Parts: sequence; C-alpha cells; structure tokens
Amino acid sequence: MNIDSIKNGFVIDHIKAGKGMEIYEKLNLNKLDCQVAIITNAKSKKTGRKDIIKIDKNINIDIDILGFIDPGITINIVKDDKIIDKFHPEAPNELINIVECQNPRCITSVEKDLDHIFILTDKENQVYRCKYCEMSLKR
Amino acid sequence: MKNLIDIKDLSVEEINNLIEVAKDIMANREKYSHKCDGKKLATLFFEPSTRTRLSFEAAMMELGGNVLGFSEASSSSVSKGESVADTIRVVGCYSDIIAMRHPKEGAPFVAAQKSTVPIINAGDGGHNHPTQTLTDLLTINCEKGRFDNLTIGVCGDLKFGRTVHSLITAMSRYKNIKFVLISPKELTIPDYIKKEILEKNNMQYCETNDIEEYMEELDILYMTRVQRERFFNEDDYVRLKDYYILNKEKLKKAKQDLCIMHPLPRVNEIATDVDDDERACYFKQAGYGKFIRMALILKLLEIK
Ligand SMILES: [Zn+2]
Repeated sequence: MNIDSIKNGFVIDHIKAGKGMEIYEKLNLNKLDCQVAIITNAKSKKTGRKDIIKIDKNINIDIDILGFIDPGITINIVKDDKIIDKFHPEAPNELINIVECQNPRCITSVEKDLDHIFILTDKENQVYRCKYCEMSLKR
Repeated sequence: MKNLIDIKDLSVEEINNLIEVAKDIMANREKYSHKCDGKKLATLFFEPSTRTRLSFEAAMMELGGNVLGFSEASSSSVSKGESVADTIRVVGCYSDIIAMRHPKEGAPFVAAQKSTVPIINAGDGGHNHPTQTLTDLLTINCEKGRFDNLTIGVCGDLKFGRTVHSLITAMSRYKNIKFVLISPKELTIPDYIKKEILEKNNMQYCETNDIEEYMEELDILYMTRVQRERFFNEDDYVRLKDYYILNKEKLKKAKQDLCIMHPLPRVNEIATDVDDDERACYFKQAGYGKFIRMALILKLLEIK
C-alpha cells in the first residue's frame, strides 16, 4: 500500500503525537480486513509533531470515540482518490463503555454487568465524570 | 421524587416542603404516630453506621411502621457474592421502602435503577449522604430561622469531608451566604468545590488554618472529624486528628447566638466543656435527623 494515497476511506489527521495507537486500539482497527496505516511523529506545521491514521475502506467509524480522545483531530473522507469532506469530531456528551472508571471505591469496580458511563460535565475544560461515583476522568 | 440518592435531586421547593413537614411533626407528634401503620422500612447497611441506622429505624417506628434489615455486609448475602442489583430486587419483595448504606460509591444509584420501591441513600463511601445534609439544613433552619444571610465556618477535614462538600453545595442555592473554610493545609477544600460551586455561584469565601481568626463573624460553626479511613498513612492521621480542638476558651469572641454543629460521632475536636454551652447544637442536630427522615419517608411513600 502506498501510504500517501488511499482510494476510498478515511484519513484521520492532526492526532496529538502519541495518541495514534490509542485510537487504533479504541476503534478496533486491528479487526479490519483492509489496509490501515499509522504514521507517528509526522511533522506538523501547527503542533510540531502529530500522528496520522489512514484507513483504506469506507467503514463506520465511531466519531464519539475520536471526539472524546481529541476534538482537535481532522477527519478527511476520501472517495475516488479525492477528499470529499473534512470535519472535526465533537466531544460527546456521554461515553458508554469506552473507558472504565479508575476509582477503586466506585461500584463499577465490583458490581457485574454495569455499563461504564461518563458524562461531559464541563465542556470548556473537557471534564468527564463517572455517572456512578462522579469522579472526574483523568487523562 | 421516587428516590433520594443525591441532595442535588431535590429542588429548593422540595427541601422547603420537607422542612415544613419535619417542623409539623415536631409540633404534633401524635398526629403522625400511625401514618405508616403496616409499612416496612428495610435498612440495608453493607457497612456499619449505627447512628444513621438507628435514626432511620427510630423515624419509621415513630411513624407506626416496622423495620427489618442488616447492619453489616458479613451478616448478609453480600458476603456470598450477591450483586447489589439482586439484593435490591429481593428486598423489594419484603419492604415498602429501603434505606441503604454501601462502601462503594454509586451503589445506591445502581440500586435505584433496579428497585421497585423507593431507595434512600444512607451514605455511599466518600460520595453522598443526603439525609445528613437534610439534617444539617433542618438544624440551620430551626436554630437560625433562615437560609440566607449567614456566615458559616466549616472546620476540620475539608478535603475528604463529604458532609462539608454537600453542605456547601446545598447552601449555594441561597442568598448572601459566606463560607469561612478552616483547615490544616493538608486538608484544604478540593479545587473543584471552589471552582464548580463557590466561584460558579459567586459565593464569598475565605480560607484560614486558624479557628479563632474569623470566630466573631460566624453565625454557624460546623466542626468535622478527621476520619482514619480516608488516610493511607497512619502517621498523617495521628498528626492531623487533633489539629483543632474547640473549647470554651476559643469561643470567647464568638457571637452569643452562634450555632455549633457536628455530624457526630466526635472524637476530640470539640471539648466536652462546650457541651453545656447553649450554642452547642450537635446533640439537638442528631434529634433533628430523626424528624427530617420521618418527613422524607412520608414523602417517598406519598403519605400525606
Ligand atoms: Zn466511578
């Protein structure tokens, strides 16, 4: 695969350097049957260094996960070798089963079959709190 | 309102209504003595808290109802590994209302999702304890006659002290409230309480480690205990537990109508020579706790 060009799919650009692998894992990109390229530590005019992920297939990607990890990401949609759309993901109001609460005193640490739910309580500062114990998510 | 999990679940009107009912109960005990005839309150205490449990049980008994339950997890099915969800579904078959205390934060919220009867959070770890806050509010209302224009000193463990955090949150809805935050530097109030509650609501506050510095300005002095279970390090606990000891001497400059509160149990933070001072309200406060719980049980069971 020529990592410079994909025919149909996505280019996830302007990922904070070092966050590329996290996105790869959270989006389960290892499960895809198409080609996926991760470029780490690419030069960026804006931020110095960035990661880029290219996916050579038109799959359903979970925009909420991207918005949670970094709303500064740019998602480019590629069709027939051309970028046909470009946007930033928004930080979602609710995260369900994307991250687990790290508070050892939280009920989610012992009770089985609970969804892990986080609510965006402070949009400006991107603060998410556990729906059960209200502990803020550390990142 | 079907459950009480977090004090923020209650509107100002609902709180005022509970306080009015509690005051009516205090004035007319007979009138309420059969309101809950034939009803059962289950007290599910997954961790022990004798005072809170007795307060709930006394409240239900005084309404003519009955109580059942357990006082620690080792004597219950939890020790066999039963989930909160299952316990609550079963107990709901045997009772009309449940008061639940649990060491894990958010457990009463989980219970409320699964329960067929009203759930009252009687304390979940270091998180919420809404009936303590209601008790504090009834005490303030009865002793001061108002919820606005008050200078409130809170003293002791402001870092882990959830009763203080809840009190600040509850008082943030009223006008012209000033907080004096008194703590050693290791136990100061968390930043998020300052930013998300005090500053967001434009409340006045100041911080000091000297209990006497603002004594003459206070309308209320809320003392708290430093809790051993919040410390990872025994040395830190020993060093900080007796940092503040309120005694007669330190009250010299205090107002004559100061109201001294404490959620109890106390350890050393209030000397016993204060107990006979008419400004000491902490034992009365425990009494108010029963009346507000009576009002809450009536409200959740929709009994008029
Ligand atoms: Zn949690």
